[in-house]
Amino acid sequence: MIWIDTIVQGVLLGGLYALFAAGLSLVFGIMRLVNLAHGDLIVMGAYLILVVVSVLGLNPFVAALVAAPVMFSIGWVLQKAVLNRTLGDDILPPLLVTFGLSVVIQNSLLEGFSADSQRISMGPLETASVAVGPVTMGLLPLLTFGSAIAVIVGLNQIFYRTAIGRAFRATSDDPVTASLMGIRPDRVFATAMGLALVVATIAALYLGTRSNFDPYVGPARLIYAFEAVIIGGLGSLWGTLAGGIIIGVAQTVGAAINPEWQILAGHVAFLIVLLVRPRGLFPRAVD
Amino acid sequence: MTLLETHGLTAHYGDFQALFGVDIRLDTGETVAIIGANGAGKTTLMRSITGVLRGAADQIRHKGTAIGHLMPDTIMKRGIVMVPEGRKLFPSLTVEENLLIGGQHKGGRDLGDRIDSFLSRFTGAPDPVALAAGHDGTGIWTLDTVYDLFPILKERRHNPGTALSGGQQQMVAIGRALMSNPAVLLCDEISLGLAPVVIRDIYAALPKIKAGGTSVIVVEQDIGQALKVADRVYCMMEGRVTLEGRPDAISRDDIHAAYFGAPA
Ligand SMILES: Nc1ncnc2c1ncn2[C@@H]1O[C@H](COP(=O)(O)OP(=O)(O)O)[C@@H](O)[C@H]1O
Ligand SMILES: [Mg+2]
Repeated sequence: MIWIDTIVQGVLLGGLYALFAAGLSLVFGIMRLVNLAHGDLIVMGAYLILVVVSVLGLNPFVAALVAAPVMFSIGWVLQKAVLNRTLGDDILPPLLVTFGLSVVIQNSLLEGFSADSQRISMGPLETASVAVGPVTMGLLPLLTFGSAIAVIVGLNQIFYRTAIGRAFRATSDDPVTASLMGIRPDRVFATAMGLALVVATIAALYLGTRSNFDPYVGPARLIYAFEAVIIGGLGSLWGTLAGGIIIGVAQTVGAAINPEWQILAGHVAFLIVLLVRPRGLFPRAVD
Repeated sequence: MTLLETHGLTAHYGDFQALFGVDIRLDTGETVAIIGANGAGKTTLMRSITGVLRGAADQIRHKGTAIGHLMPDTIMKRGIVMVPEGRKLFPSLTVEENLLIGGQHKGGRDLGDRIDSFLSRFTGAPDPVALAAGHDGTGIWTLDTVYDLFPILKERRHNPGTALSGGQQQMVAIGRALMSNPAVLLCDEISLGLAPVVIRDIYAALPKIKAGGTSVIVVEQDIGQALKVADRVYCMMEGRVTLEGRPDAISRDDIHAAYFGAPA
């Protein structure tokens, strides 16, 4: 019975990793940009929510709603002014620039908020839980998982049911031909990055409420997100969720065997999946 | 009336010069054919007109406005639309989505254009809204009329574009371009690699396209086909126009010389 509980907790943890990873997956899927600053952008989102909560005295969920359009604008301008210039046949420039961006964000947050660790308070919700049979699930982890599903369903709806989603896919296929259809690829990419940062805001809400954070936690969180994206299959959002769940379950199972094995078990699961399916679980047909 | 003209048009790929002062003209309602051997510069000319390759503003004029420096999306929103060489359907999109995307950005009044239009007052950059003002993208072509033109596409509308035969893909590429009701349609080698009967079907659409008010430039290596459909013909060789005339006014020998650079 303890095993069921362990696995359920792992699945729920996978939801958090999938949320961290969804924005990364989205951006990579559309513009082949590996954003090394994604974790730091999530942390920045968490500080933004914290500020809104403490200045306006809002509930964290409402604060995230306030933060989301701000984050969208930051993503839009960042892509338009900086990252679009790095895109091309060479994959090195975006890596270097987003790595630099990561350092800049960390140091700006350090300057603005000090190295003290922070937490966004959810009040009683933090400890609330529901029991389903033998398994007790925290309400917050459950909400996180539900949000991950909602984000992925929402993004897929945007991708496959809207005009902007059509423009995303066409531009990802072939930006030159897309421009002949009246599309400005750099605007499409800017919109995609804005959307990715809206997703990052949702990830930030749970990052900031479920654990302490400081300006430096971004890269460590990013590792799991990367692993989730890669074993899920690059560019596949449901694959990203599956990848997140695999790593989450591996971590809780590893920790149940020996608490020191938690992190290691996640990385080992990542390597095993890659050995068996080098292109990930759900590789895209066109690549 | 002159609709579109190039004047001393040059184009480069890096250090390589592909066009050396090309002058062509398209009048309203005309069909113009551009012929020439592989590598003559026909596709480069199309890419220059549509803004994929950009150069001096003055080298290309549309309705009297210099457009040589404009981005492809702005040129498209002025009503100059290309069926690119090799069809270039979007593999991630179904047939219907390929058609829809051809019409969804016409008109040039989306938010990004408005922002750029506002910013252009301060930066002096081209104003996309003003530049697209003469063309609203409405006309006879809609999803339904494109399906009437090429009924097979309606049957296959939920297939990925790339799952179709070459001829059907070419129909999607033409339909996609028509969806914005272009004033000028540029067709780059639409018959390349297709069987004669398929080519005939595709060219059968041309009169209907013209009836919708679209002027057409076709790039063709098939000289017979070009002479049959065109009001005027240009022949290109090594980045230059070597012959211009009405199909009935030019002889086989003229064409042979213009095409290969040596008398027959
Ligand atoms: N992307 C490119 N880079 C470098 N040279 C090119 C490129 N595209 C075409 N060229 C060269 O430009 C010349 C004209 O090519 P193109 O316009 O494609 O001719 P056509 O369409 O008449 O066959 C050729 O010599 C070709 O090799
Ligand atoms: Mg060509």
